[in-house]
Amino acid sequence: MEIIKINNLTKRFPIGKGEFTALSNISLNFGKGEFSGLVGPSGSGKTTLLNIIGSLDSPTEGSANVLGQEMSKLSTKKAALLRRQHMGFIFQTYNLLPVYTVFENVEFPLLLLNMSGSERKKAVMDALDWVGLTDKVKSRPAQLSGGECQRVAIARAMVKKPVLVLADEPTANLDSENSHHILQTMEKLNKDLETTFIFATHDDKVIKYLKRKISLQDGKVAADEIVTN
Amino acid sequence: MLSLKLAYRNLIGAGLRTWLNVFVLSFVYILIIWHYGVIDGWNYQAKKDMQAWEVGNGQYWNQNYDPYDFFTLEESHAIIPETLKKSITEGMITPILINQGTIYPDGRIQSMLLKGIDPDQKVIALPTAALKTESAEIPVAIGRRMAKSCKLKEGDITTIRWRDINGTFDAAEVKVVTVFNCNVPNVDAGQIWVPIKKLQEMMQSPDEATLFIIGENSEMSENVPGWEYKSLDFLMTEVDEMIKMKKVGGSVFYVILILLAMLAIFDTQVLSIFRRQKEIGTYIAMGMTRRQVVSLFTVEGAMHAILAVFMGAIYGIPFLLWQINTGFSMPAGTDDMGIALAEKIFPVYGIGLIVTTVLLVLFITTIVSYMPARKISKMNPTEAIKGKIQ
Repeated sequence: MEIIKINNLTKRFPIGKGEFTALSNISLNFGKGEFSGLVGPSGSGKTTLLNIIGSLDSPTEGSANVLGQEMSKLSTKKAALLRRQHMGFIFQTYNLLPVYTVFENVEFPLLLLNMSGSERKKAVMDALDWVGLTDKVKSRPAQLSGGECQRVAIARAMVKKPVLVLADEPTANLDSENSHHILQTMEKLNKDLETTFIFATHDDKVIKYLKRKISLQDGKVAADEIVTN
Repeated sequence: MLSLKLAYRNLIGAGLRTWLNVFVLSFVYILIIWHYGVIDGWNYQAKKDMQAWEVGNGQYWNQNYDPYDFFTLEESHAIIPETLKKSITEGMITPILINQGTIYPDGRIQSMLLKGIDPDQKVIALPTAALKTESAEIPVAIGRRMAKSCKLKEGDITTIRWRDINGTFDAAEVKVVTVFNCNVPNVDAGQIWVPIKKLQEMMQSPDEATLFIIGENSEMSENVPGWEYKSLDFLMTEVDEMIKMKKVGGSVFYVILILLAMLAIFDTQVLSIFRRQKEIGTYIAMGMTRRQVVSLFTVEGAMHAILAVFMGAIYGIPFLLWQINTGFSMPAGTDDMGIALAEKIFPVYGIGLIVTTVLLVLFITTIVSYMPARKISKMNPTEAIKGKIQ
C-alpha cells in the first residue's frame, strides 16, 4: 500500500534576483513499512525532499501526496495536525528540548495528542525500553552522550507509533558503534511496528541498512534500487 | 491548558534564568506597591494632621480675610457674632485672631504672625493648655520649626512688636511656655500662639476674631452674616493639589519601574526567539501549530509575572508589614515642603493598589511577551530546525 506519492515535483528557492532549483521533476512512491533512504552528496536535494514529505515545506510545482493529503494544498494548521498524528522526525543534531528530562522529551508528542497521564507514562516507558534508556528517564540531554541523545530522539519519534518516520542524517554526529546501535534499533522498530522510515543520508553506515536506496544527484533521481541482502 | 503546562515546564526547566527574571519582576511589584504605599500613607497622614492641627471640620472666615494677602489682616477681624457664641461655649468651635508682628530673637528681626487662641480649646490638637501659665511676660507657644528658625527654646524670653487696630505700635516681652512638635507647617513656621484674650487686648479689639475653626464632631455649615463658611474640602484644596502633583511625580517612577520589568521580559523573549530557534522548529516539526507556539511563548512571559507574585509575596509581605509597623523615616530637611510631613511615614497599602499593580504588570508582561512571539509565526520551520538565524 502506497502512503507517499510524489509526481513531477519541483522545488525552487529564490536566491537574490534568481532562483535555485533544489528538486526537479521528482516522481517517487513509498509503500507502508519501507526502510528507504534518499542518498546523495550535500546539495543534492535530499533534505528538501524530506521536508516536503514531512509537510514542513511545500513544492513549487508538481504534487506530493502524503498519507492521503496533498502537500501543496495543505494549510499550516492541517500540516501541523498531520505531523502531530502520523509523523515522527529524527534530526542530525537530535533537537532534544534542553530543559526537559528524557522522560519529558519523549512525552512531548503525546501531550500534543492530549493523551491521559497514565497512557502517556506507559507509552513513554515502552519507547524508552525499545531504545534501552529506561534508566535515564530523569536525565537531561546535557547529561547524555551523543548516541544516547539520538536514542532519545528515536524514542520521541516512535512513542506515538507513527505511520512515517523521517530521519535527516541521523548518524552524522555519531561514532561507528553508536551508529550501528541506532540503526539496529530503527530496523527492529520498522519490523515490529511496520513504521515506514525514510532517511536522508550520505553515510555509508546507514546506506548498508537500507532496503531501498534512492540516489539523488543535483535535484534529480539518479537511481532507485531495491537492496536485496 | 497545554500552553500553561509546557510554559511552566519550560520555565522551571530553565532554572536560574527564570528565577532571575522572576526576581526582577517581583522586585518591581514590591517597589511599586511600597512606593505608592508611602505616598498614600503620606497623603493620609498629611490630611489627617492638617485636619487635626489646622483646619478642623471646616472654618468660618471673616468676609475680608484672605490668607494669601497679609494686607487684609488689618480689616479681617470683627466682633464674634452672637449666633456662634453658644457653639464656642460648648467647645464646638474656637475663635482665632490673627495679626502681623515682629519678633526680635537674639537681637535679630523676624516677621511673624501672632495668632490668638483660647487656651481651653479642644477643637484642634494644638497644646494650648500651656498658655494658661501665669507670668509677667506674655505666654506664647511655638512650634519646633519656629523655635529652630528663631533659635528659641522653652523658657526663653524675647521681644515682640505689633500694631493695634488704631495703628499704634507697641512691644512687649514674651515667654516661650511650650515648643510643640507638629507635622503641619501652617501652624508652626513663622508664627507664635498667644491666648486670644491677651491678643485682643494687645490689638485693642476686644471680643474679636479673624476666623473660627469648627470641631471634628460639629456639623456646622449655615452662613453667618459677615462670616463665610469654608468647607473641609475647600480648606484641603491646596493639599489635594499638592497630592495630585506628587502622584504625577510618583507616576514617573511607576512608569520607570514598569519599563524595567518590560525590558527584562522583552529581552528574555527576544533572546529566546533567537536562542531557541531550533527548539521552536522542533515544536513545529512535532506538530505544534504556529498559534500554539506563539501562545506558549506568550504564556511563558506572562507566567514570569505570575511566579513573581508568589516570589514577591515570600519576601514582600514581611517587608511591607514591617514598614506598616515601623514606618519609613523621612530624610532631614524634607519637612519644609509646605505639606504636613511626619518624621516617619507609615505606608498605607490598599487592596486596589495591590490588585491594580499585579494586573498592570501581568498585562504589560503579556503584551511584551506576545510581540516577539509573533515573530515566531513568520519563522520558516525548516530553517528554524537547523537553528539558522534569519
